[in-house]
Amino acid sequence: MNAYDLLIAPFAEFDFMRRALIGVIALGLGAGPVGVLMMLRRMSLAGDAMAHAILPGAAVGFLAAGLNLFAMTLGGLIAGFAVALGAGAVARATQMKEDAALAAFYLVSLALGVMLVSLRGSNVDLLHVLFGTVLALDDPTLLLIVGVSTVSMLTLAVLWRPLVVECVDPGFLRSVSRAGTPTHLVFLGLVVLNLVGGFHALGTLLAVGLMMLPAATARFWASDLTALVVAAVLVACGSGVIGLLVSYHLGVPSGPAIILVAGGAYVLSVLVGPIGGILPRLMPRRHLEA
Amino acid sequence: MGAEAKSAEVKSAEVKSAEVLAFRDVTLGYDRHPAVHHLTGTVNAGELIAICGPNGAGKSTLLKGVMGLLSPLAGSIVRPDDGRARIAYLPQAAEVDRSFPINVYDIVALGLWRRTGLFGGVSHADRARIAEAIAAVGLDGFERRPIGTLSGGQMQRALFARLLLQNAEIILLDEPFTALDAATVRDLVALVERWHGEGRTVLAVLHDLELVRAHFPRTLLLARSPVEWGETRTVLTSTNLTRARHMCEAWDEGAHACAPARTERAA
Repeated sequence: MNAYDLLIAPFAEFDFMRRALIGVIALGLGAGPVGVLMMLRRMSLAGDAMAHAILPGAAVGFLAAGLNLFAMTLGGLIAGFAVALGAGAVARATQMKEDAALAAFYLVSLALGVMLVSLRGSNVDLLHVLFGTVLALDDPTLLLIVGVSTVSMLTLAVLWRPLVVECVDPGFLRSVSRAGTPTHLVFLGLVVLNLVGGFHALGTLLAVGLMMLPAATARFWASDLTALVVAAVLVACGSGVIGLLVSYHLGVPSGPAIILVAGGAYVLSVLVGPIGGILPRLMPRRHLEA
Repeated sequence: MGAEAKSAEVKSAEVKSAEVLAFRDVTLGYDRHPAVHHLTGTVNAGELIAICGPNGAGKSTLLKGVMGLLSPLAGSIVRPDDGRARIAYLPQAAEVDRSFPINVYDIVALGLWRRTGLFGGVSHADRARIAEAIAAVGLDGFERRPIGTLSGGQMQRALFARLLLQNAEIILLDEPFTALDAATVRDLVALVERWHGEGRTVLAVLHDLELVRAHFPRTLLLARSPVEWGETRTVLTSTNLTRARHMCEAWDEGAHACAPARTERAA
């Protein structure tokens, strides 16, 4: 098997592989930068909580209308925004910290979702919602993913400065502007959007993987913010492409394959990453004169 | 006091009439418990005021109130209408996330917020201003250094450079010289005196009374309630300091609701 067969042929020969390729690259472009900001804002686990919040919404949409893109997206968006905005609002209006508020809200959302699914009484197959179908992206789904990615990048471009300042020195932002709270809420909205876009391809729970793993990996390679974002996007898109190829050649499910490739990149970076990786730290290095 | 400082005194005396801040029987606090209780007084343009008192005396709370980050429980604080644009505020250093990947140049450049706002760009002239501010605090050569690699003193110098760029009429400093070495304190005090010389109003929370006596003409001694406010010489007396030291720090859960202030109800 030559390089062409290994890397190019699957995409050249099959339409569904080309669609999946566009899907994962769009997801990587949107989720990479969002993931970096989540990590820097110490919200790495908040994405996971929000994914749990989206799951019941999507499931309810699925129960109501079957495998309907619109119903599932709407359900996921409603559940996600309710939890993100609710937790954000409680954290800003009361003495409660956002992580605790988020935990409270997503657990309620999850329980409510399970309750609604049980009431319906049907033993439906929710595997689609859980693990996604990156190899079966139809036109509307692909447009949704690319749309989310576009909105995400444009919004980040506009809100970059307040997002960064709110993270590095929130006291300063409060002293010069009232933009802090709205910016934060818009950012939480972006997280939800990206997760909802991602769940059609990877499932609600794995969608977080393409957001957080590339960001965590990038931290071992880049020390400046721009480089972090570029590295995270590269890792996300690269994991997507390699994961699809692994899935194609080995006949394994594509969603987990993509996330496992990203996980592999993370483990490798922990070991050999030049910035704070384990091996570089163990290497004997003489200190400088000044 | 040098000739330069003298001329600054004269300059600030000329604008004495302009009142920039007024506290009208203001009470600030958290969850009904007062941290600053019944403070009344005015700050004139160009004044250089030290705010002193024991830990928990309400000094930081007072600055937050002036900044508008905390609404009074009672009474009022009169400040310029466009407060955010005219007041600069340096909170205690601990609030900056030093692990964030941002360099000295970018953090100093934030001082231009009034000009750039959320979206505006940095012009050629702005770049010169940023370089000037960085040089003024003695950080040339550190522009590209991530803030995580700075010492405590260098970080505080960077934050002062940002204040320089903010070009505010009223500057609030919360313990700006805590945990700094003598040389850094000397350089930063010189900047504060420069601001005073330019006719700006400066309120600084400080613990070093020698420093206050040497450089700050006026002092507000707080111990949850104001102990005394006026010329430093007459405020920082042993009697007043003893009174401040005996401030009761504990909240009294059984305390009665404070009687409504007589004078300010109508306002």
